[in-house]
Amino acid sequence: MDIGDAGKPDAGRRRDFAPWNDPAARALVRFKGVTKRFSGITAVDDVSLDIHTREFFALLGPSGCGKTTLLRLLAGFETPDAGRILLDGEDLADMPPHRRPVNMMFQSYALFPHLSVAGNVAFGLKQEGLVREEISARVAEMLALVRLDGMGSRKPYQLSGGQRQRVALARALVKRPKVFLLDEPLAALDKKLRQDTQFELMELQEKLDVTFVIVTHDQEEAMTVADRIAVMDHGRLVQVATPPEIYEQPNSRWVAQFVGDVNLIEGRVVASTPGEMLIEAKAGGRLKVASVSGLSAGDAVCIALRPEKLRIEPVKAGSRGGDNSFEGKVWDIGYLGDVSIYKVRLDNGLVMQAAVANMTRMVERPIGWNDRVTLTFAPQAGVVLTR
Amino acid sequence: MREAMQGKGISGGRLAIAIPYLWLLAFFLAPFLIVLRISLSQSVIAQPPYSPVFEIVAGWEGLKAFVAALSFENYATLFSDSLYVSSYLKSLEVAVVATAMLLALGFPIAYAMAQAPRRLQAVLVVLVILPFWTAFLIRIYAWINILQREGLLNEMLLALGLVREPLAWLATDTAIYIGVVYSYLPFMVLPIYASLEKIDHNLLEAAADLGCPHWKAFWLVTLPLALPGVAAGALLCFIPIMGEFVIPDLLGGSQSLMIGQTLWTEFFGNKDWPIASAVAVVLLMLLVVPIAIYQHMQTRDPRAGSA
Amino acid sequence: MKRGLSIFNVASLALGLAFLYLPIVILVIFSFNASRLVTVWGGWSTRWYAELLHDAAMLDAAWVSLRLALLSATTATILGTLAALALTRVARFRGRLLFSAMVYAPLVMPEVISGLALLLLFVAAEFDRGFWTTAVAHTTLTMCFVAIIVQSRLIGFDRSLEEAAMDLGCPPLRTFFTITLPLIAPAIASGWMLAFALSLDDLVIASFTTGPGATTLPIRIYSEVRLGVKPEINAICTIMIAAVTVAVIIASLLSKRRIAASAGEGTPGAAI
Repeated sequence: MDIGDAGKPDAGRRRDFAPWNDPAARALVRFKGVTKRFSGITAVDDVSLDIHTREFFALLGPSGCGKTTLLRLLAGFETPDAGRILLDGEDLADMPPHRRPVNMMFQSYALFPHLSVAGNVAFGLKQEGLVREEISARVAEMLALVRLDGMGSRKPYQLSGGQRQRVALARALVKRPKVFLLDEPLAALDKKLRQDTQFELMELQEKLDVTFVIVTHDQEEAMTVADRIAVMDHGRLVQVATPPEIYEQPNSRWVAQFVGDVNLIEGRVVASTPGEMLIEAKAGGRLKVASVSGLSAGDAVCIALRPEKLRIEPVKAGSRGGDNSFEGKVWDIGYLGDVSIYKVRLDNGLVMQAAVANMTRMVERPIGWNDRVTLTFAPQAGVVLTR
Repeated sequence: MREAMQGKGISGGRLAIAIPYLWLLAFFLAPFLIVLRISLSQSVIAQPPYSPVFEIVAGWEGLKAFVAALSFENYATLFSDSLYVSSYLKSLEVAVVATAMLLALGFPIAYAMAQAPRRLQAVLVVLVILPFWTAFLIRIYAWINILQREGLLNEMLLALGLVREPLAWLATDTAIYIGVVYSYLPFMVLPIYASLEKIDHNLLEAAADLGCPHWKAFWLVTLPLALPGVAAGALLCFIPIMGEFVIPDLLGGSQSLMIGQTLWTEFFGNKDWPIASAVAVVLLMLLVVPIAIYQHMQTRDPRAGSA
Repeated sequence: MKRGLSIFNVASLALGLAFLYLPIVILVIFSFNASRLVTVWGGWSTRWYAELLHDAAMLDAAWVSLRLALLSATTATILGTLAALALTRVARFRGRLLFSAMVYAPLVMPEVISGLALLLLFVAAEFDRGFWTTAVAHTTLTMCFVAIIVQSRLIGFDRSLEEAAMDLGCPPLRTFFTITLPLIAPAIASGWMLAFALSLDDLVIASFTTGPGATTLPIRIYSEVRLGVKPEINAICTIMIAAVTVAVIIASLLSKRRIAASAGEGTPGAAI
């Protein structure tokens, strides 16, 4: 899917792409209070969600959170017990899967083993009753787009995992669906191939101007590809926002912990001024954070701190820790190449993680095991969570 | 275990091969060579000790004499006497028609089994296998109970007023077909079920997703993927039906015999062992054809349900 | 799109099962018929079972068949298991192709041909035909079924279990007896059951290979059946059906327990 520079001039467009902030925008897909139960277990619980045209939307959550069920409800393989699903303003309730203008890429790819690659890609077009010339032209075009030209006559079992994945992609996209659904599309690929394919998917989406809805349990994947992410847990939407918002402004302890690494410090509001808020940590010590409206002295809160927003320094003799400064002892160091993770046991008993980019090539690092260190952070770094 | 066979446990490994190997050589291969030899012997002198008896000690001269004494007379008789030819044709007819009937009856059953909920499927498999465990003879006998002149079928038809007087069911081809279909149904259902059950449900969802309605997906996806099971089932039924003896003997009439019956009669009735052996050899050669077709299908399509 | 039974599915299942079971059920019911006439219902009675007990020829035949089945099933299980091991675990040996052909061929061989061939062998070798020749014949044909069942289990077998045992210091032969054998035991057991049932069931091959004094139950029943339907035959058939049903139910309960114990890791195909 090397699209070259052709797609580049458009790339700027996505910077301003935010139809979800436009009250006048009409959503392409609307879930309205959708609930689905399986023998007593509520897989999808009262979900309301809008997905916009040309959006790359990710459903993110741990396994069993209901994200795949939500996708299958949209594809028509499951029927909701309550609520409605609208596509382009049309209620999908009475539309069987084979009539819906949405196409899905299955986690197992579900390639027909008895058909060739071209036969698989042509399958959906044949159902539309197109003339043979058009079918073969579109199949050839699609196979070229996913870099499978010349492989049309192979059978699925003769392909590598990556090639199968691209056949599945081509087979669904050749139908020019209004919405393209991807159920854990990259789960079977190894890490390097997965990362390459993520970027290919994004380029493909821009080129084809199709709305993509991807289900994944991999938060990095969701952050990489998606315009917006819906984080799900136990059948409910926990947060729906852009990747930076999800990461920097998680709305709950659960989201903060599920997306990326985080240090959570439980505490209580001591004083709140329009600019800053003073928090008393349960384990001891005081934290200063940017103030949040609606909280007053005595409220229980949790401060979320991303490891990379902590500064770690050897304790300087004579310095006295003030607000947002904690002393402790290095307990463990994880060297990941690009960054190092320091686990520090604070004097108040908490264990905190700090991530430091390894900007210079150093064989000996200034901080070692059991060193006394100070952790500090800016007031803007901490996120106040109440849920 | 490979180490076990080749390393320390060489003798054990060799033994594991040698015992069944020698057994099969002695009691499976050797008998067929004898059948082949006797089929080439003279009818008149064929009863033991039949001629020609091959003496290894006789050496080259003995071998020449042995070959010279071989005769294709029995095979000539087979193809000239309409009794044998019509027996082969009768067997072929019964095998083809019955296999087609079994397919028509077995496929819907296998398909329904594969559609059933998982837990029920296990029960259904046992239910289909169970009659197979009750003796073959019993199952044929059960049908004699039903099909005989004063049997239940006639009683029922009379009671319903469908017929005026009892019909002859036994000693007809209809009875043979009933018996054959009844006896071989599990052999058709189980392989088809096995291949249907292996089909990834996602494939049918994918077909629907690509715009294919349910009934059409059956033809385009389910049926092609079930074909290996259909072929296996057909083979498992066709071959033994060709050589069937008990069913036509107990349920069929005496006017036209299947080849198994002819062989039996030649052997036990006429005591003509060379002819019986020749009948067996030709039957075997006929059966090689469907097996070869099946083998060809399998090697041509090695995917074997890769999903 | 969910799995589910349509009306057509339910109908084909119901008709199919009715077709399979109705004749057997009718046979069982009529074995309790007091009337000698098979079609006239004369009330419930067990008199035919009582008469069976006085039918010495039938009891003799049953005893012969039982001994025959026990002996040939056991020998066939040993030989068949060895053959399966040879086919799955020894990559190449001289004459492997011939060997596998000989293992598979009996599965599709018409009984009349196998029977004839074995008889001619016994005559040529001047063996006296009787119990032992029939046992050899049954062993030869049923060992192939055992081999197929055990082989399918061995193919689905996780070799790393054996490697783990040897890695932990277990010598190969002991690995076989402590790891491999227990794991393929269910297949060996179903192989034995199948061999037993096939031997008990066989009419054609036994007719060729047996001799005076070793009349098996199917041969006995066959000669009676040729003369017409008799209530005693219904009775003995019912006894055989009951025995088989109980055996199959026990076997499937046992295998269910085993499957539950090994967390769903079982071979459903081995039930045949």
